[in-house]
Amino acid sequence: MEWVDTHLWTIPLMPLLGVLVHIFLGGTLGKKLVGILACLLVFISFGLSVVVLLRLLELPAEERHLLDNFLPWIRVGAFSADWAFRADTLSAVMLLVVTGVGFLIHVYSTGYMHDDPKYIRFFAYLNLFTFSMLVLVLASNVFLMFIGWEGVGLCSYLLIGFWFHDLNNATAGMKAFIVNRVGDWSFLCGVLLLFWSLGKYTGTYTVDFYEINRLAPELPAGIALAVGLLLFGGAAGKSAQIPLYVWLPDAMAGPTPVSALIHAATMVTAGVYMIARFSGLYLSAPDAMMVVATVGALTALFSATIALAQNDIKKVLAYSTVSQLGYMFLGVGVGAFSAGIFHLMTHAFFKGLLFLGAGSVIHGLHGEQDLRRMGALKSKMPWTWLTFMAAWLAIAGFPGLSGFFSKDEILWQAFSSEHGHWALWLVGFIAAGLTAFYMTRLVVMTFYGESRWPEHAHPHESPRNMTVPLAVLAVLCVIGGYVGVPAILHGANYFEHWMEPAVTWAAGHGGAEAAEHAAELGSHGLEALLMAASVGVALLGIGIGWWMYSRRRDIPEAAFQRWPNLYRWVLNKYYVDELYQWLVVDNLLRLTRLSGRFDLAVIDGAVNGSAWLTERVSAISGWIDNTFVDGAVNGVAEVTRAAGGRLRLIQTGRVQQYLTFAAAMVAIGVAGIILWPSIQPWLAELWSGAI
Amino acid sequence: MLTATNILSWITFTPLIGAALILLLPGRKVKAIRGVAVLATALSLLFSLVLLSRFDNAGRGITEFQFVAQRDWIQAFSIQYYMGIDGLSLPLVILTTLLSFLCIFASFGIERWVKAYMALFLLLETGMLGVFCSLDLFLFYVFWEVMLLPMYFLIGIWGGPRREYAAIKFFLYTLLGSVLMLLGILALYFASEPHTFNLPQLILTSSQWSGNLIWVPYFWKIVFVLFFIGFAIKVPIFPFHTWLPDAHVEAPTAVSVILAGVLLKMGTYGILRVNYPLFPEAAHWFAYPFLITLGVINIVYGSLCAMAQTDLKKLVAYSSIGHMGFCLIGMAAMTSQGFHGAVLQMWNHGLITGQLFLLVGVVYDRAHHRDLDGFGGLAAAMPIYAGMVSLAFMASLGLPGLAGFVSEALCFLGAWPVFPASTALSVSGVVLGAAYFLWAFQRVFLGPLNPKYEKISEINGRELFTLAPLALLTVLIGVYPMPILNWMTATLNHLQEILGVAGRGM
Repeated sequence: MEWVDTHLWTIPLMPLLGVLVHIFLGGTLGKKLVGILACLLVFISFGLSVVVLLRLLELPAEERHLLDNFLPWIRVGAFSADWAFRADTLSAVMLLVVTGVGFLIHVYSTGYMHDDPKYIRFFAYLNLFTFSMLVLVLASNVFLMFIGWEGVGLCSYLLIGFWFHDLNNATAGMKAFIVNRVGDWSFLCGVLLLFWSLGKYTGTYTVDFYEINRLAPELPAGIALAVGLLLFGGAAGKSAQIPLYVWLPDAMAGPTPVSALIHAATMVTAGVYMIARFSGLYLSAPDAMMVVATVGALTALFSATIALAQNDIKKVLAYSTVSQLGYMFLGVGVGAFSAGIFHLMTHAFFKGLLFLGAGSVIHGLHGEQDLRRMGALKSKMPWTWLTFMAAWLAIAGFPGLSGFFSKDEILWQAFSSEHGHWALWLVGFIAAGLTAFYMTRLVVMTFYGESRWPEHAHPHESPRNMTVPLAVLAVLCVIGGYVGVPAILHGANYFEHWMEPAVTWAAGHGGAEAAEHAAELGSHGLEALLMAASVGVALLGIGIGWWMYSRRRDIPEAAFQRWPNLYRWVLNKYYVDELYQWLVVDNLLRLTRLSGRFDLAVIDGAVNGSAWLTERVSAISGWIDNTFVDGAVNGVAEVTRAAGGRLRLIQTGRVQQYLTFAAAMVAIGVAGIILWPSIQPWLAELWSGAI
Repeated sequence: MLTATNILSWITFTPLIGAALILLLPGRKVKAIRGVAVLATALSLLFSLVLLSRFDNAGRGITEFQFVAQRDWIQAFSIQYYMGIDGLSLPLVILTTLLSFLCIFASFGIERWVKAYMALFLLLETGMLGVFCSLDLFLFYVFWEVMLLPMYFLIGIWGGPRREYAAIKFFLYTLLGSVLMLLGILALYFASEPHTFNLPQLILTSSQWSGNLIWVPYFWKIVFVLFFIGFAIKVPIFPFHTWLPDAHVEAPTAVSVILAGVLLKMGTYGILRVNYPLFPEAAHWFAYPFLITLGVINIVYGSLCAMAQTDLKKLVAYSSIGHMGFCLIGMAAMTSQGFHGAVLQMWNHGLITGQLFLLVGVVYDRAHHRDLDGFGGLAAAMPIYAGMVSLAFMASLGLPGLAGFVSEALCFLGAWPVFPASTALSVSGVVLGAAYFLWAFQRVFLGPLNPKYEKISEINGRELFTLAPLALLTVLIGVYPMPILNWMTATLNHLQEILGVAGRGM
């Protein structure tokens, strides 16, 4: 097991090998082998991740971090960022999620993408994504993480626009990348400020996460706050939080396995992971945490309302993802880092499954994505239905399923943590009810009621390589929460204790202590009450949703007709996209056009103008020359003028004129400098008043 | 054959020998002419790699050089043939020989007056290498002008429809710069005691004779500005940049590569080689607020202009203006990271923009236009080509893991502690860069395939051969830039000492 201490790099190496093989040998190997190889390599990474987990378990809790520094990367002066991977309890969770869920989605893709002509390229991208994501979670320093951070962004761009013959898909990919880059602007400034401030105030120049977290308490509060906010800007871009969430719903243009892997289970959670990685820093900047928690809570509620009205099955799930990511930020923002990561994990199970199930439905209906043309698919697609049920109950917060434990943990921490507030809890609580409601709406409209698909559609169950991953994820949805059963339910909350060493920092108070703080309040009764409330709101949401969409379809219809403007606002996502288009994009384009025109008219105009002026002056001097000097010798002048006119046509006249001018200038300059020694004493005397 | 004292001369003049041989060949023997050109540039490249293998990373540079060749040339004015390199010029010498070698292959498409083209191209290479190796300011100036003339003809004869306008604009603009530079050189010559053009000697002795001059501070500032404008035109620094888009658009592909890949670097090289060590005080006076401001303008304004372009080549040209801005902010800060970033950025920009121009040439050779809105969906017809373009675009917009990121990040890192607000503004370049490159990519490659180009042919073997080494280096340097950074460390540390900012960023 110790072997893995110095071989962490083998984990991302596997999918990287896949990328190279697919690109250079893919055509020779053929589709089948490429598919098998892509899955196999990710599975090997998963195996290695399990080895890492076992290795960490061997070690005492406080020593559970392995550092593998295998190659210098950039070292200049005080700055040093190496190719160094670190596996600790936090990255171990991420490793298992990325490779485990990633492997299942790879397998699923061999079925889903089976008939796509760009099958090989798809797996090259998917492997490249896995590689980047593994670099992201293993990196021991900020700069190395940025390779993974941007790498997953690139893959996201490539895969959203995978079917680029439709320009809308390509545009969605571009939007995702550019919005993320806006976040990166903030992120990079945060990193620069952090690096130099640490050097200035602590004397240690470092970009290593552990060092940063250890030294963060020594930073002045204002700087820690600024860094925290700037870094969160990057997280808001990657993890689609207000105000940078707009790219994620559009990202559904990509193939559905991509939505499951990148835009639900793994990449979009990178922002949450990053905040948890910087837990020591954030604990030193409580105001920044407050902002993180508030933005998270508001995003959770805001996008849940949008999800209520969407009719595209993937759009509902996309807004749901934005909303669930908001929960995760709420968790990490109140200092409950382990709760946030716990929800990240269970969300990877149930949201990954929801997307894959939706993909199975879309596959079975030959590309149909509109909920209004689905219904009654339960008997046609039994496996998809059964597994979807598990994911639905999990995300709705049905007691005993994975989502229930993680969501409840976040809500309780939002209420009780020293960084929490009852208002944050309330917002999350309402969003939980809405989540149960819109997910039930989706389930009823897809699987129950009357069939609304056309006669000739012939929906069919998906092949085995798609349903088996669904089944595995369904099992995880059901049992995945039992690693984090809270004390109040007589559980050991193993997950929280596991996470402790990675998110507890000397000066701050980690998630564990926040829980103790809550325990000190002697509020076991209160915790039970809140838990009952969230179970109640989940059941209420499910119940109303079921009743309304299976029995009383007229109620939502009547509501839409009663408040048509409200409905239109929600349906059109509150017109935020339009606002950005008008406020940012249009103005930026206007500014670029203005710059382009300014460059041509003013800057280049000045250049051409001076050329024109030189030409005029030379023409006048030529005229003087011809009329007065050369006028005496008319015959010669005649010839000269003819030749001159022709020469000017091919424009070489200007060069010569200029050369003469230039030479004269040089001559004057040289003469001035040569003569200077003789003039200088005279000038000096003049200056001093001797003359 | 290659000794420490003659290797630089071999590297510099091998292309010239090739040019002479080509002139002896009859013009119709195109294959032989191309063969000689390949051989001459290949030998020069080989010699430069030998140079690299013998280079001592610990050499301090700036005033102490390696592989020095020193002979009297015009004794009356104590002008010397004085060549030598250090960690600042080594990367640029290698870049020049590499790009020149690849560009010969990229020039195989030229069919008109091949003899003259190749001879001029080789003469150009000698000029460029001479500029990077010469340590005598007079010699430096001679090489500078040697480089100018072939460039004028290469654009003016083998260029696009508006080649004459572009060539004259380039020529006049650059000439204006060199005239100012010449004034500066002469001013230094006559000011120094004893009179000399010897750059290291000027640097080392300036404190002894500068006391004799009246208006000393003004003298240094004036001469600094004379040199600076000469170099700024080459970089190009706003507002002296408008020759660049025209020259690039009209120049043939290989000439664009050299223009962007090597010639622009002479500006930033000159500032670091001449301005900074010779006039440390004026350099501090100029760095803030002038140089940093110009750097930010280059980045932001250059990127905005790039986004406004509809000609693919013009877009790449404007992107160069932005990318050279990163060098400027790194240089202005005078930190260790800033200097390393600036010099590495020169290298990387040569690699990446070289690829970009080669790639633009590929599609231009097939479609005979470069209008961004005139293509559409090409990725379906030319997948390998689209892949190469996306790699180069990603490198250029600073994707971590590729070369461009390392140097940009170092420039940002270096500039931040000195100019935090300006740096924050410059980082917006990463957003704008992504916007114009991805938008351009979308317009050319994505969406439904334009039926006009259904039969367009994929990138061919020769084109891939010119691109592959650059692409490979882009990835390698992105992952492991340490060897190149190590070449320059000792030299740049010494430059910091001379500037009186030793240890800034350490």
